[in-house]
Amino acid sequence: MTTTEEAPVEAPTGEGTVPTVVNNDQKPVGYGRMLRKEDPRFVRGLGRYVDDVQLHGMLHLAILRSPVAHARIISIDVSAAQALPKVKAVITGADLAAQGLAWMPTLSNDVQAVLATDKVRFQGQEVAFVVAEDRYTARDALELIEVEYDILEPVVDARRALSPEAAVIRDDLDGKTDNHCFDWETGDEAATEAIFARPDVVVVKQDIVYPRVHPAPMETCGAVADYDRVDGKLTLWSTTQAPHAHRTLYAIVAGLPEHKIRVISPDLGGGFGNKVPIYPGYVCAIVASIVTGKPVKWMEDRSENLISTGFARDYIMRGEIAATQDGKILAIRTDVLADHGAFNGTAAPVKYPAGFFGVFTGSYDIEAAYCKMTAVYTNKAPGGVAYACSFRITEAVYLVERIVDCLADELGMDPAQLRLKNFIQPEQFPYTSKTGWTYDSGDYEPTMRLAMEMAGYDELRTEQAEKRARGELMGIGISFFTEAVGAGPRKDMDILGLGMADGCELRVHPTGKAVVRLSVQSQGQGHETTFAQIIAEEIGIPPADIDVVHGDTDNTPFGLGTYGSRSTPVSGAAAALVARKVRDKARIIASGMLEVSVADLEWQKGAFHVKGDPEKSVTIQAIAMRAHGAGDLPEGLEGGLEAQICYNPENLTYPFGAYICVVDVDPGTAEVKVRRFIAVDDCGTRINPMIIEGQVHGGLTDGVGMALMEMIAFDEEGNCLGGSLMDYLIPTALEVPDWETGFTVTPSPHHPIGAKGIGESATVGSPPAVVNAVMDALKPYGVRHADMPLTPSRVWDAMQGKATPPI
Amino acid sequence: MQVSMTVNGEPVTEEIEPRLLLVHFLRDQLRLTGTHWGCDTSNCGTCVVWMDDEPVKSCTVLAAMADGRAVRTVEGLEQNNVLDPVQQGFMECHGLQCGFCTPGMMMTARALLNRNPDPSEPEIREAISGQICRCTGYSTIVRSIQWAAAKEAGESPAQEGGPVTELQETDQLKQSETVGDPV
Repeated sequence: MTTTEEAPVEAPTGEGTVPTVVNNDQKPVGYGRMLRKEDPRFVRGLGRYVDDVQLHGMLHLAILRSPVAHARIISIDVSAAQALPKVKAVITGADLAAQGLAWMPTLSNDVQAVLATDKVRFQGQEVAFVVAEDRYTARDALELIEVEYDILEPVVDARRALSPEAAVIRDDLDGKTDNHCFDWETGDEAATEAIFARPDVVVVKQDIVYPRVHPAPMETCGAVADYDRVDGKLTLWSTTQAPHAHRTLYAIVAGLPEHKIRVISPDLGGGFGNKVPIYPGYVCAIVASIVTGKPVKWMEDRSENLISTGFARDYIMRGEIAATQDGKILAIRTDVLADHGAFNGTAAPVKYPAGFFGVFTGSYDIEAAYCKMTAVYTNKAPGGVAYACSFRITEAVYLVERIVDCLADELGMDPAQLRLKNFIQPEQFPYTSKTGWTYDSGDYEPTMRLAMEMAGYDELRTEQAEKRARGELMGIGISFFTEAVGAGPRKDMDILGLGMADGCELRVHPTGKAVVRLSVQSQGQGHETTFAQIIAEEIGIPPADIDVVHGDTDNTPFGLGTYGSRSTPVSGAAAALVARKVRDKARIIASGMLEVSVADLEWQKGAFHVKGDPEKSVTIQAIAMRAHGAGDLPEGLEGGLEAQICYNPENLTYPFGAYICVVDVDPGTAEVKVRRFIAVDDCGTRINPMIIEGQVHGGLTDGVGMALMEMIAFDEEGNCLGGSLMDYLIPTALEVPDWETGFTVTPSPHHPIGAKGIGESATVGSPPAVVNAVMDALKPYGVRHADMPLTPSRVWDAMQGKATPPI
Repeated sequence: MQVSMTVNGEPVTEEIEPRLLLVHFLRDQLRLTGTHWGCDTSNCGTCVVWMDDEPVKSCTVLAAMADGRAVRTVEGLEQNNVLDPVQQGFMECHGLQCGFCTPGMMMTARALLNRNPDPSEPEIREAISGQICRCTGYSTIVRSIQWAAAKEAGESPAQEGGPVTELQETDQLKQSETVGDPV
């Protein structure tokens, strides 16, 4: 864990020093604020997204979806659709079954229907597809397909999924007689029970629901498949956050040779986890191109995106916390019922069916913890971890930060003081939690204190007291989260057998310009900038002279892709280390050029110079030319200046943060207004502070949305009630405040530049801050808990003492 | 049917299906793919273009309705190889991440500044409230538009970024060393 016991990892520009802390905000380039390299094309409308791909002779694919949640398919008549002019093909599940393609593996070792053959299992499930000469005709033809369904009783309420009367959804699985998906537990049940049984502890119990939400990226999912029947090569432009993993899985599913598949993930219009799974539509597009011999585009519409692609959350939790009378937290226990929908489409490392929910002990040093989880199938869309959740840490942080506030309410303690009293202390890091997670580094109190200082916490409490006296409802909510991001290490973490490590290649051209090739794929995080900065800082070539190539399996090394905030922790480390390999070679070349031993060389500002004689130096650009030039190189050295690496992380990284939300609730309408939101994040070494703040701002907006607005609801028949953006409410500029951000810097000890992930911190950390603030505002009404989304009607019910779970 | 209009100042005459949406006409027929398609229900605003200088959501406008009108898209913002101040502002203030909502946001921003060169923050938020951005959380979009307004007013626009408070004196920072100079 520590770098002192092993070969020391080099610091960014020094040699032999440990990772360092610095205020990068003051630096123009290298690590520091620099404008994004990708922006010039985006502001001109020249981004290239999947739907922008236009190929000669391209056909369009549209998918017929089930209108009902649970039904047996009696018959499908496609004759009228096939007869429509400009229709090229109509394919059903039976057609795919004949080719052995009707089912595909999910990322959780389950299977999912590409097109339904026997039954439909959720509203919106794929039943058939049409390929036509244009988008509109393809849609027209869907209207002409006749499907006869035998409607079955749907299983909508996860609480009733395991009742003996419930219809069995997954009768496709051998011997399946119930809707049980999996059981999972972590922690020490007996030790936890012993603490809860103590007569001297205060126990607070609270049922907490994290309803189903949807990432709803602005760009929906889609693909363009182009199968070349002469050389047998498939090129697939698709909305994927993990192009290499997808390619390998296509090779396994479709039986195509992997070297004959090229997956291109061009510009992505947001992902947030929604673009991690393989969706039936991608497979349909591939099949359609093979069948028709033409390029085929499939682009889902918003409704299809909301009703059929990866959702998130859907955890029904019971939280229990035990503490001493004076507020020392001793144990946390939780029982979770997880709704996984019709197919277990969760994209989490295989040994972690509940993702990283095991970090539910949060930022607190406690004595025991235990979690028991049961997951069930229901007649709802498959998925599970999408929406910037860090593999279920969103649910874990919500649980612990909500239950800690409930404890503060029970004890009559200030929630900030209760947290400060229980933090893991800096000297305890690396800290192994009671559920077995090794937190790499942390120093929580300064982060918390900074947030309180920025918020003016004491003044806010004074203002609140004055307002309460006047009958006004103002709330102050706190959340302190610890995340675990950057999966692998590969010994513990894999997706369907693919280890969660990432490759990186760096090539310096003769003139000293460079290209770096990444296995991860940006969905807006600014990889083309951040990774150029990492390389720039390590080898002294300006970011403008470094081309970042990603999102194309033919032109990048293998790796698992971008989700779970893993790009900087994993690929960022790979980029730093590959640059150091190049620099090591450059040093040998420089020693030849300067005719001194390598030990006599010092590295500074993109050049090697002779120790004690700064005048004698060679730049990295001169070294690059020599590496490719005509002269002799030091003995045994090959020409060229390039390197590659596959980085297997030693551990996850554990970013953390303190969030404070201030809300006003209208006593007459129960409308919640987020007045202020203060976010102090610690993600270790900050590479581009501008981009980091952007990541935080976006996540905070997600948090306000989930806490107050967003929910994918279903009626009793299993109809999705959140099938458009008129029904699934996403915050606009009017629902969110101007964000106030701050930071502390606690580097990761095992990451070569000390960086941790940041992409999901705010999405994970902000919902409890908002909900805690609303509950704080409702204290005069005696409300301790109400579930998200805290819409005016739900808040009103809570004020009347009628808070009910949303599901 | 045949429609004629100007698109970014250029006259265009095309044969179309009467039901063709303006967004698909621009994207698929004219290959102006800077205008995006996001929701079908006029909620997300990634499809915003101008018809006769007024922003419209092109996913709920028929191409036929643009007949005889002047349409302007994101591709028409840059003039004579000079970026519009709004485009510059979005780059300067990190007003975009994935870039998908950006064309619509910029078209609305440009229209706002044309009728109100010095909008307040609430006015800016109101102007873009018919549009959704899933990445930025809107603060940087507001700053981008303020940047453009300041630029057009001849003021020197604010530096990128908003209020950022740094923790000055933790033990860790005291122990730290400084990374080398900027490259």
